[in-house]
Amino acid sequence: MFDIKKIYEPTCLQEALDIYQNNPQLKVIAGGTDVLINLRHGKYEEVELLSLQRVKGLDEIKMLDDGTIEIGALTTFTKIFRNDLINEHIPILAEAAVSMGGPQIRNIATIGGNICNGAVSADSAPALLTLNALLVLETAMGSRTVPLTEFYAGPGKVKLQPSEILTKILITKENYTNFKGKYIKFSNRKAMDIAMIGVAVLLNTTDNRVNDLRIALGVSAPTPIRCYEAEKVSIGLELTEDNLKTISEMTLLDAKPRDSWRGSKAYREHLIKVLTYRALRELRGDN
Amino acid sequence: MEELKKKISFIVNGEQVSLEVDIRTSLLEVLRNELHLTGVKQGCGVGECGACTVLIDGEPIDSCIYLAVWADGKHITTIEGLAKNGKLSKVQEAYVDEGAIQCGFCTPGLVLTTTALVEKGEHLTDEEIKREISGHFCRCTGYQKIFAAVKKVLENK
Repeated sequence: MFDIKKIYEPTCLQEALDIYQNNPQLKVIAGGTDVLINLRHGKYEEVELLSLQRVKGLDEIKMLDDGTIEIGALTTFTKIFRNDLINEHIPILAEAAVSMGGPQIRNIATIGGNICNGAVSADSAPALLTLNALLVLETAMGSRTVPLTEFYAGPGKVKLQPSEILTKILITKENYTNFKGKYIKFSNRKAMDIAMIGVAVLLNTTDNRVNDLRIALGVSAPTPIRCYEAEKVSIGLELTEDNLKTISEMTLLDAKPRDSWRGSKAYREHLIKVLTYRALRELRGDN
Repeated sequence: MEELKKKISFIVNGEQVSLEVDIRTSLLEVLRNELHLTGVKQGCGVGECGACTVLIDGEPIDSCIYLAVWADGKHITTIEGLAKNGKLSKVQEAYVDEGAIQCGFCTPGLVLTTTALVEKGEHLTDEEIKREISGHFCRCTGYQKIFAAVKKVLENK
């Protein structure tokens, strides 16, 4: 038994927003693969749930007229991984999606939940950070759009306002056109594990020179982060062996990993450098 | 206290079922304790081991972290729903033929996930097979025979 006092099951977004407006104490639940596990562990007591399971229309992936890719917050990881638009234009997100959990979890866990849960290990986060993803946050009163890079408040904390629901994730055309991406998840087991380190690299080059390079890390700081120092230095650089190494080293100027039972700080720092280097080499076209 | 009860109707192994469930319960608890479908196993209780897997509208889902109220209107398949007239399904037969069973605790979930792959007509590489069954822990045998059973039934399709 879960310690649930009440559950609301709205069937459309407007109904969900109205209920939430009148009951800001509610805990929002989508796929449940985080919330129900927290309940099982006794993290919440007598919780009142706002279940989004039956809300229709928020699990679609589409391309808008201006080329922006819109992903409904209730889209499951399986759907993202198998979606043609995602695989064609932002394969780095498909790669991240299939690395998360196992098949049964991916069949129900949602990308919106992965973001709002604020976990430092969220597999979708590094990829979405490199893509400069925008989040559409709605209340019964209106909506606002916030970059994911400004959404994290701390470990497991995000800047959702009271009664606000994440409804869509947007990736604009200039943030995926002419980019190649790579997500590397490093974990103790090959399957069904939480990342020890996650590295996402998105690269746009002309004649082997960097026009735009974005590097984002999971489990490397209190929240998923971008490595702005390394990114800045990389602009205009040729992708030589030495430069790849320099860029990879510079990720540590932003990374602040810590010791945990999953891996030590020293090992994580090593991984961040090595995995960034591997991702860059692969994007350069080595192998 | 009536807020803790909710009436749900769903189809379980082809049969229409209506009952009042406690909103605090998981689908796993309702299947085992109310409907006595004890082929659904509880292992870890937190969505890591896959023993509680059932098919919900054809998709493998961990029933231990799926609220019973969410099952309203859904089609649920448990291991009890696979054999027809005393005859095992092709997937079950493949597991028997390959000796992919030891204690049997992980077997219902694995057989259901395999059934979903077969029903979708998936053509999978060896790596993809491993990925698709990676949400099930077997603590007896290792996975080689399970893998062989899945491969066999997917190829025979």
